[in-house]
Amino acid sequence: MSTGTLWAVVLVGSLGCYLLKLAGLSVPAAWVERPWVTRVVEFVPAALLAALVAVQAASSGPDLVVDGRLAGLAVAALALALRAPFIVVLVLAGAAGALVHVLTG
Amino acid sequence: MPSDARTATLRDAVGLGVAVGLYGIAFGAAAAGAGLDTWQALAMSALMFTGASQFAMIGVLGAGGGAFSAVGSALLLGTRNTVYGVRLAPMLAPRGWLRRAGAAHWVIDETTAMAVAAPDRELGRLAFWVTGATIYLGWNVTTLIGSLGAAALGETAQAALDAVVPAAFLALLWPRLQRSAREPAVQRRVALGGAVVALVLTPFVPAGVQVVLAVVAVALAGRPRTTAAA
Repeated sequence: MSTGTLWAVVLVGSLGCYLLKLAGLSVPAAWVERPWVTRVVEFVPAALLAALVAVQAASSGPDLVVDGRLAGLAVAALALALRAPFIVVLVLAGAAGALVHVLTG
Repeated sequence: MPSDARTATLRDAVGLGVAVGLYGIAFGAAAAGAGLDTWQALAMSALMFTGASQFAMIGVLGAGGGAFSAVGSALLLGTRNTVYGVRLAPMLAPRGWLRRAGAAHWVIDETTAMAVAAPDRELGRLAFWVTGATIYLGWNVTTLIGSLGAAALGETAQAALDAVVPAAFLALLWPRLQRSAREPAVQRRVALGGAVVALVLTPFVPAGVQVVLAVVAVALAGRPRTTAAA
């Protein structure tokens, strides 16, 4: 892909993503206040975040993969259950991931 | 109490900004690995400013995907920001096109999560703007560092960064599953459904698409039952 095409991809993608954000803020309130819309929207983040957790922790491209990321996730879950602060959770998860990488080569 | 809540909001926003900054290094490094120069990586962080879409795009480019699928994958993942905007509009109530245009740029996973988690509307707005500003600054600076330092980043540091990303999403998800959340049992079922659908689809659809499909599937599955309940 040429530099020019790459720039076009970057700029068109950026503009599109921005317009998607703007559209959300511009939807009329009456539409937003429908019960089923508010209900679905209430649960979209849980579905989304869980899907991202699963994909980021256990996949690499089209393959399902088990590696240090799962160990990091387990450590993170334990830290969250013990009410550790956000930063501590991330540091522990990162350390677990690095440790598994070092141990498994 | 109000000032305590304010302090907590500011502390969490800055903490999140720092954490997301770590992720920005990974993005900068990955963008360089996918063949983008430093200016292109910076343009993505400054103009696109939605991490999952940025990762999806360089993932497709790095794997040799075409322009159409690269843009398409970024847009597919960007659709959730539309949903977030719908959710945030009543809270932010941005008056005038200029404020709305400015607010829109910072409608992302983290600003939405922080704003929605805030105890009231006023703190929600504060959380949105402070989180947005902190992450925007951190994300762009660390994209630059990652892009320039890609070659220097060791494998072990990369493994640590890889483990931080899902942990960060889990930390954002966690409060929604607790007893204090609204309808935690439904939230847990929805989360489990989203994770399972995404993993099952992973081998069969382009990278990133399974996340969007999981959200759509779970939302559609939840709709009739919830309408009846309401």
